[in-house]
Parts: sequence; structure tokens; C-alpha cells
Amino acid sequence: MKYEAVIGIECHVELKTASKMFCGCANRFGAEPNTLICPVCLGMPGALPVPNAAAIEYMIRAGLAFQAAIPEYSKFDRKNYFYPDMPKNYQISQYDMPLTQGGVVRYWLEDGTLRECRLTRIHLEEDTGKSTHAGSGDGRIAGSSYSLVDFNRAGVPLMECVSEPDLRSAEEAVGFLEMLRRTLMAIGVSDVKMEEGSLRCDANVSIRPVGSEAYGTKTEIKNMNSFRSVRRAIESEIARQSAMLDAGERIVQETLGWDEANGTTISMRSKELAHDYRYFPDPDLVPMEITQERVAAVRAKMPPLPIERFERYTREYGFNVKQATQLIDAPEIADFFDRSVTVSKQPQQTQNFVLGDLSRLANESGTPIQQSPVTPEHLGELVALVESKTINSKIAKELLARMWAGEGSPKSIVEREGLAQTSDPAAVARFVDEVLAANAASVEEYRAGKTNVFGFLVGAVMKSSRGKADPAAVNALLRERLGG
Amino acid sequence: MSSENLDIAYVAKLARIALTDDEVARFGAQLGDLLGHVATLADLDLESIPATAQVVESRNVVREDLERASLDRETVLSGAPQRQGAFVRVPRIIGQA
Amino acid sequence: MNGRERSARELIDATLARIENVEPQVGAYLSVLEREARERADALDKRIAAGERFPLAGVPLAVKDNLVLEGTVTTCGSRMLERWVAPYTASAVQSMLSAGAIPVGKANMDEFAMGSSCENSALGVTRNPYDLERVPGGSSGGSAASVAAHEATIALGSDTGGSIREPAAFCNLVGFKPTYGRISRYGLIAFASSLDQIGPLTRTVEDAALAYDAMAGFDPMDSTSVDRAVEPTAGALREDLRGVRIGVVKQFDTHKLGADIDDVYDRALHDLEALGAEIVEVELPTADYGLATYYLIAPAECSSNLARFDGVRYGLRVDGADVAEMNERSRAAGFGPEVKRRILIGTYALSSGYYDAYYVRAQKARTLVARDFAKAFESCDLIAAPAASSPAFRFKSKSDPYSMYLMDYYTIPMSLAGLPALSVPCGWVTPEDGKRPMPLGLQLTAPLFAERPLLAAAHAYERATTHAAKHPTQIAEVAR
Repeated sequence: MKYEAVIGIECHVELKTASKMFCGCANRFGAEPNTLICPVCLGMPGALPVPNAAAIEYMIRAGLAFQAAIPEYSKFDRKNYFYPDMPKNYQISQYDMPLTQGGVVRYWLEDGTLRECRLTRIHLEEDTGKSTHAGSGDGRIAGSSYSLVDFNRAGVPLMECVSEPDLRSAEEAVGFLEMLRRTLMAIGVSDVKMEEGSLRCDANVSIRPVGSEAYGTKTEIKNMNSFRSVRRAIESEIARQSAMLDAGERIVQETLGWDEANGTTISMRSKELAHDYRYFPDPDLVPMEITQERVAAVRAKMPPLPIERFERYTREYGFNVKQATQLIDAPEIADFFDRSVTVSKQPQQTQNFVLGDLSRLANESGTPIQQSPVTPEHLGELVALVESKTINSKIAKELLARMWAGEGSPKSIVEREGLAQTSDPAAVARFVDEVLAANAASVEEYRAGKTNVFGFLVGAVMKSSRGKADPAAVNALLRERLGG
Repeated sequence: MSSENLDIAYVAKLARIALTDDEVARFGAQLGDLLGHVATLADLDLESIPATAQVVESRNVVREDLERASLDRETVLSGAPQRQGAFVRVPRIIGQA
Repeated sequence: MNGRERSARELIDATLARIENVEPQVGAYLSVLEREARERADALDKRIAAGERFPLAGVPLAVKDNLVLEGTVTTCGSRMLERWVAPYTASAVQSMLSAGAIPVGKANMDEFAMGSSCENSALGVTRNPYDLERVPGGSSGGSAASVAAHEATIALGSDTGGSIREPAAFCNLVGFKPTYGRISRYGLIAFASSLDQIGPLTRTVEDAALAYDAMAGFDPMDSTSVDRAVEPTAGALREDLRGVRIGVVKQFDTHKLGADIDDVYDRALHDLEALGAEIVEVELPTADYGLATYYLIAPAECSSNLARFDGVRYGLRVDGADVAEMNERSRAAGFGPEVKRRILIGTYALSSGYYDAYYVRAQKARTLVARDFAKAFESCDLIAAPAASSPAFRFKSKSDPYSMYLMDYYTIPMSLAGLPALSVPCGWVTPEDGKRPMPLGLQLTAPLFAERPLLAAAHAYERATTHAAKHPTQIAEVAR
């Protein structure tokens, strides 16, 4: 392809506060229509907005998570336009002094390559109500004869996140979005579910000849309802624009709706003049002052970020992309894992246990891992015991089950019952020689060439030592004794 | 700051108020007149003067993220000009937001 | 009150009878709350009998019809809300209720608080009780007329550029606008958010002080309300003005207002001096820019505040082929000409290409006005000025919008700076086009948050001069 795609993403993320942005109505998805409303969010005469402290805190968290600048002063502005699901016919938003500026989303592709997409800004605003369009037969606005409005969603706190046009493919766009989603979930500010509307996004797409610095004409794609749609829509649009340029046609700057069913973009009628939003500072709200101390306090409480984990897991621990992603996308398990590793110092082993036997025990008993009776530290201890060859992996499995049943730390069980395995050469030699003496026939068979007897002899030593002999030492000594 | 650029018909569209031709003419004249009066602000040297954001210097007036009771739906919908079941009904919407 | 002289019910019954008697002439109310008032009075009497005490027990209260009171039709004097029943109560009104006051009616007003004569009401005509052929002032015209005609003891009004002070002056009353942010705006249907304030209209300064004490204070429902301790004013009224420096503004030359009016204000200054005040000259160099500044900022904010009136969720709806047409027709039918004018000019002042030249510029000029006052208050404690440039005028005598805007000339600068200001009766003149003496108001302004010394001084002046008592209303003669 001789064209390079230039893509920017604009998303809206609903914050999962308990109450709405400017009033105390519940912030809840799926309630009966028009039951979560009050004079404020309904835009009734005389009502006034009061900002939700938690929403502002969440914004600071998001800004920190993406290394954005958090200016000392910020304010709300009114964005004025008429729309029936916007109760005041202005949206309280932020114009020239948003809560965060700049920032970068570092994300990874399927093959583990790390990429970066800069952010222009993240600002805070209120969501609108929801209209459903009736009378046209397909729920679409075009051709409908009337609309029904539900104001439950009006006033829900909304984070608007605008990226720079740094993305170069549909794959990158989806990688960016997944990272955004992962991170916002990890810091606990949103459920980020496209199917519930808590994440909505639009893509700006243009193409230009490879090597060109100038931007081509961009189109805006809306109505993508899943990450899959985003990928398909962007790929479709890149193809469409490429074909047009190849045919010598000009790209028209317009808004396109993605039609998932038919896999195409549709031009949305834009008879309207470009909106004049008449932004001005909202006189019903006072400015916000965010001090360094406040930002530091939020930073101190931040949980581990997915990108930090990814780098640690892939670079330091040597996990592949799939393993790393699997852990990161299960943050409670990753939390458990991280704490275990600080004790065990054995990432791969620990991961095996956590995602293997421990997860199995958790699933079988329906226990979420945060409530595991085995603490992360004790699991780390267990792994360390295996690594130091104090016990072998078979014993370790048994121990884990006993720890899950509440018998205490692995060290305490091992000491109490003397389960430490023996790698003491004298002790191992004793067991080996006992078995060899008792199985002279098998020894003969082995020396005669029947090498699969070896396994039987190893098993016999393990049995005779009640599993405590170090299998590696047994192996080595047996080979030596058998002379093969 | 001249008043010749006051396109009343355009402003009325922005403000979603249907004006009669008579009103367009009358308001155009009256508001042109007013703009003539406010033109005196051009006399002031405002170069280094900050715009008043708020008369009183409050900062960070916020509320705790607590749920409060909402209004009763019937109370609200019964006051709506047109409702359909649990919804407020409006004529069709042409064009996007 | 508190049950010592009369019961609340008796007081309310008497007021309702008076209302029935004089309303046909005065037209102060858009709705009278007969049943509700009697019910509240009875309930209050029970609580007093049980030992509770209330600072404003049983006081008949007129509520300007841009203040929501749950269950009452709240119209803002507009067809747009002609039948709208408020589902909640304004915080300030609630405070008055908690203090024992009893709303007897919703008072007429210029539509959406835009006007200086009450002639812009789409729903009724209110007449000045002192001369029924003259306006009561505006926009709190009904509030003023109701108290002047003894149809209420206290009225709540709202003031954006003078809408409490001017009608109070026109109707021989005390009209008080506190510092911006002192009284919650939650439930006050917004005109210009950064200027609107609720305040009382009363027959005495003491009543105004009592009402202010009941309402002032931080409200968590209004983030522009100020979180600052309120020093009660009713107990701090004084009888003299010794040690008080009163500034007279050089730019407010009352000679321009005609000999009769000039004499009244001259006399007022002498009376202040006789009480011990020192009169000093101060300057407000940007006073003349107040009107231009105000008539850009207020319409800009109102154009946004009134966008919510679109026929969708409440209020008047006129149908259309689509939502936009429905909005346009509803607003065309619901709003009167003055409201339309202000929405249009406000929309223009905020629009792309004009925002910096108009709105931002006006907000900068506003800063200068505030600085002028701050400087003036370095050499005085209070500023004295006329409340209006003339007494109440005859109906329909100001047909040109700008001539009406000029009525706010003396009151706008204080609003722009957010300062506490009040009007107190200071004398009478008989206008050339009339036969009856009409009252004039002395406007006193104090620095931010200085309500206490302001009311204290106004009380001293009122007690020493007793201007208000000099002439009766016209109703006294006609109503029999």
C-alpha cells in the first residue's frame, strides 16, 4: 500500500461514581426510564449544578495514569447547542482549561511491540440523556417520525479523551483502545463497557502518500459499538479512501456512520451548519484549584498500571505476550502474583502455580482469588521451597492443597512433618543402594539393555523414601550406579 | 465593534426563536441601537485587565459522591408537554447533535 | 408575634381580606395562595402553642414569581411557564418558611426578571399603590406593590441590575440586595447567574434585617453561595452615624436629574451629616460604562440560561414538523419581546467572532468597576447615591428599550461588583406629568460582606427622617 493511514481517536468514558456529576441522582445503568432524575439533571428552572468530588479525583488518577499534566487551575465552560436529550440545551464541559493536558498512552500490539500514542487532553463533562427514535421501523434517526427521551443518563460524569493522530493502522487503534480500557479499569474509574455505553468512541481517519508530511482530508467515523467494529470500520475506511485517491477522486470531509450489519460506512446527512458552541465559563460553578500536594496524594494511592506490569513481565520475567496479557487482564490475579513473586523471586514458577493449581482450587470452590485462604506470601514461600529443592514439585502440589484447607504456611507444615526432601548424598545413596539390592533382577534387565526399567527403579527409590528423595539426585546416582 | 454585522436572522436560528419579518426588522434596529451604545467600551484600555471570572473568590466548591433520592417520575412526566409511557416524547430530530 | 398579640391565622386572614379588597386596583399577585396560607398558619399556631418560637412567626410573605415554591404555579411572568407547577422549593424560600413566614401569593414581575417597570409581564398589570397610573418599578414590581399596599409584610424579590432597589424606591419601601453569594440562588429561576441575588422588600429596615438574617448563609445546593460566617444584622442596628464616612460619587451628579429631585438628595446628605456622618467625595471613573458592561454580560448569560425553555420537558410547547421547529415556535410564542431581544443580543455577544470583542471585553470592564469601588471604599465606609434617576413614571412612557435600560444607571455598578446595596425612602417629588407626590429612594452601598454596617446605617437614617410615613397610598382613598 502506497498510502499511510493517519488515525486519531476521540472517546467518551462514563465514570463509575455513585452519583451523577452535578447532582445526587444515582449513576446507574439499566434503571427504569426517567427514574433517576431531579431538578438539576433535568435542567428545571432554578436548579444549579454542584460538582462531584469523586469525579474530579478520578480525572486526576486518569491524568496520572497517562502521564498527563495536571494544571493548577481548571474550570467548567458551557457548550451551547440545542438537542432534546440535553436538558439545559447546553452541556457543562471544559474548553480552554481542562483538568489534564497532554499525556501518552503506551500500548502493545499482539506481537509484543510497544507503541505510543500521544493524548491532546482529557477533560470532564456531563453526559446527555438518551433518545430512541420511533416510526421508521429500524430505530434509526433518519426516517423516524418521533423520538422518546430517557433522562436517566443525563448528568452522568463523562471523561472525554482526545488522542493525537499518532495511530497508523486499525490494529494500532484497537491496541490503543484496549490499553485505554485496561488502564481505566485498573485505576477503578470506569467499567469501560462499550455494550453498556460506558465507553463510546469515534475515529478520525485520513490517508497520505507514504513519506508525505502533510495531512490528508479526514473523515469522522461514529457508531462503532465494539472493538471489532472499530477495527473493521477503520480498515473499511482506509480501503475506501485509498480506492478513491487511486481513482483520482477527492476525499470529502464528512461524518460517517458505521453500519455493522453491512460492513460499510454511510454518510450521515450534515445539512446543519457547523455548530457555534459559544463556549463561556459557567457562572454557576467556581474554578478548581488542584495543588501539587493533592496530586501527590492521588499518585501515592495509584495501583500498578498495566503498561508497567507488561514491561516487567515481558522484559524482566521473560513471559510471552499472551502470558503477560492474560495475567494483566485479570488484575486480582496479577496483584496476587506480584506479591508472591516478591517472596519467591521465581516469576515463571510462580505464574505456573498461580494460573495452574491455585486457580484450579479457586475455581473449584468458587472462591475469588482475593479471598484465597492461601496468602500470596505463602504461595511465594512454597515456590521458594521448590526452587531451593527443599521439597519436590509433587510434594509441593500436596502442600498447596493442604494450605488451601487452612493448615498454615508451607514452611511450618514442612518442619512439622519433616517433609523436607533429601538431597543429602549419603541419605540418597542409602535409598538407592537399598533398592538396587532389593531389585537385582531389574538391574540385570537394565544392564542387558532394557532401559525403560530405569523409570521403575526411580519410582521405587521415591516410594522407599516416601517421596522425599530429591528426584534429580536419585536420577544422577542411579545412572552412576548402573553404569549407564 | 460595529452593528452592521448583526445578522438577526442568523442569531435567531442559533437561539432557536422563530421571528416574523417584522420582528427581524424591529429587533435588528433596536439591537443595532444597543450595540451602538455599548460601543463605548472600546474607549477603555483593557489590555492588561483580567476578565472577572467570579465576583466572589471561591475555589473547589464540591459535594461528596453520595446518592440522594430522585424526583418521582409521575410528578415530572405529568408536567411534560407530551409523554409516552415512561418517556418524554418529541417530534422527530433532523440532523445530528 | 409568636402568638402574643394575634394568632398567625388571624394575621393571615386579615391579609387575605386586604388582598381581596385591593388587588383589583393593584394587581400585585399572579396567584394568591389562600388555602395554603391558611393551612400553614394553622400549623404554625399549633407549633407556637407547643412552645416553639420563630423569628418571623406568621409574617405574610409575598414571593416573586421567579422563586420556586413546591406545588405552586411559578410563571416568571411569562407565557412560557404560565401553567408550570414547581416540584421543589427554593432554598431561600425554605429558610423563610422555617423562620415562620407564610407565603400569601406569588408576585407579578417583568418577564424573566427583564425590565424596570413590571410592564414586561405577560400575565398581568401591576400598579403603583401611590399612583395607580404609574408603574411600580421592576422587575420585582409585584413584590414592591404588595408590601406598599399592605398585602404582605415582607416580599421576596430578586435583583440583577436594580430589580429590588428601583421598585422599592418607586413604592416607598426598603429594598435590599445583599452581597452576591450571601443568599442561595437555588430555586431562583436564573436570569444572569453572576449577577442575580434574592433580597427582601419591606416597610422598615429592621424587617429587611430580620429577613436577611433568616436567609443568608452557605447552601450546598448552590456552589456560588459563599461559605462565610453570617453576622446577624437585626440586633446591630444603630441610631446615629457618628464615625461613618459616606462617599458621594462625583460621576453621579444629581443636578442632572432636575431641581426637585436634586433638592431631595441634597437634603438627604444634610440629614446624614446631622446624624454624625462625614460626607466625602469619591470617584467611580468607570460608572458611565456600567450600562454597556451590564447589557452585554446579563443578556449573554441569560441567552444560555433560557435555552432550557424549549417545549420538551416542561412549559409551553407549540408543535412543529420536527424538534427544531417545535423549539423555535414554542420559544416564539412563550417569550415576550424584551426577553427575545436580550436572548438575541446575548447570543450574538457570545457567538464566534464576537466573543472576545463583546463578552470578554465586558467582563474586563467589570473588573475595572469592581476596582473603582474598592478604591472608593478606601476613603469611605458607605456610598450614597440615588436609587433611580426619577420617581415612578407613567405606564407606556418609555417605549424605547434603551430609555428603559437607563433606569438601571445608578444600580448596575453595584451589581457588577457584587456589592451589598439597599434603597431606603428619602423624600418625595411631584412629577410634572402627575398630581400625586411620589417617593424617591436613597441608595446606600457597602463593601463586600458589610451587610451589618449597611443595615445599621440605613436604620439610623430611616428612624431620624421618617420620610416613608409622609404620604398615603392612593388605595387608601379608593378602596372602600
